[in-house]
Amino acid sequence: MPGTMAPWSGIEMSGEAGFLTSRLDEAIGWARKFSIFQYPFVTACCGMEYMATACSHYDVDRFGAGLPRFSPRQADVLFVVGTISHKIAPVLKRIYEQMAEPKWVVSFGVCTCTGGFYDNYATVMGIDTIIPVDIYIPGCPPRPEYVLDGLLKLQAKIQTQAASGERPAPESRPEFER
Amino acid sequence: MNDAFLIQAVKDRFTDGVKTSHSYRGDATVLLGREFLLEVARTLKEDPIFQMNFLMDLTAVDFSTFGTKRSPAFFVNSGVAVSPSPEIPDQDPWPGPPGPARFVVVYHFFSLPLKHRLRLEVPVEEADAEVDSLSSLWAGADWLEREVWDMFGIRFRGHQNLKRILMYEGFVGHPLRKDYPVNKRQPLIGPVN
Repeated sequence: MPGTMAPWSGIEMSGEAGFLTSRLDEAIGWARKFSIFQYPFVTACCGMEYMATACSHYDVDRFGAGLPRFSPRQADVLFVVGTISHKIAPVLKRIYEQMAEPKWVVSFGVCTCTGGFYDNYATVMGIDTIIPVDIYIPGCPPRPEYVLDGLLKLQAKIQTQAASGERPAPESRPEFER
Repeated sequence: MNDAFLIQAVKDRFTDGVKTSHSYRGDATVLLGREFLLEVARTLKEDPIFQMNFLMDLTAVDFSTFGTKRSPAFFVNSGVAVSPSPEIPDQDPWPGPPGPARFVVVYHFFSLPLKHRLRLEVPVEEADAEVDSLSSLWAGADWLEREVWDMFGIRFRGHQNLKRILMYEGFVGHPLRKDYPVNKRQPLIGPVN
């Protein structure tokens, strides 16, 4: 493609053969962020909003995240969608552990972020007490635009992470006094 | 059959078993002694004038803190009518919680062919919280009774598989009892938050 710019490089591709130079980690980050294979861990009503976001009207496929995998071994991003109870918490942790590195976690909906309006014997008060979380998308449920915004923030995060396999320390909620 | 006839029909058949009855806003309700439960339930299901073939719901109420707390200010100021509206029938009002018993097990029956419904209430003491299982009559009572056992700790005599259904193995206590601490957490993994 003479005269075009590869997005990760500063070098114009020119000439018939065409060549480019780039930093490997940027190229890998670019490839990763546009081929997100998500694992939807859907437990509650947020799932409806997740489906609305995933389907044609809002279309996450525009961002390269259109292929959900229903095996954690094939997935890059764990979408935790809906209230997580103490009973299912070990299952969620097992799913997270089965995913291959590099992997990211999106907390979809306020119940997964903090427990939401649940403060009782049954509900986990935020999945970040169990597994590390990269992006929080609060809302009850979040609007599809909000979800897409979270997806773009996740892409930016993936891009900036080093391709060496090292990932930044997981975001975690600071301890607070009750 | 309307609610007054329905209550009378149960009273005629079980003069000793029926403690009280009411039909608060048109909901026919009969309070039973627990030793009569199985017999009454079988009659409701099989007697041609009742034909209650559908167990709509089975749950329980813990009255141990009833009336000890004031209504939240939200309800007082919400404009919701606390006194009965004249448009709603209330000739036979709710008499209040049933005496010293802590729990009441509540059964809602519906007759699909005759389109009438009846609520049975069985007061249960805390020290001997056990009633007969209805799972031999309605298969659907199986899981509902397991839920009441799980949430309230009321046992069901004759149930084939009375174990927790909502909470997990190892959970201690019954969370819908009023003396279960509202902020008590028993997580399987992760911190107690």
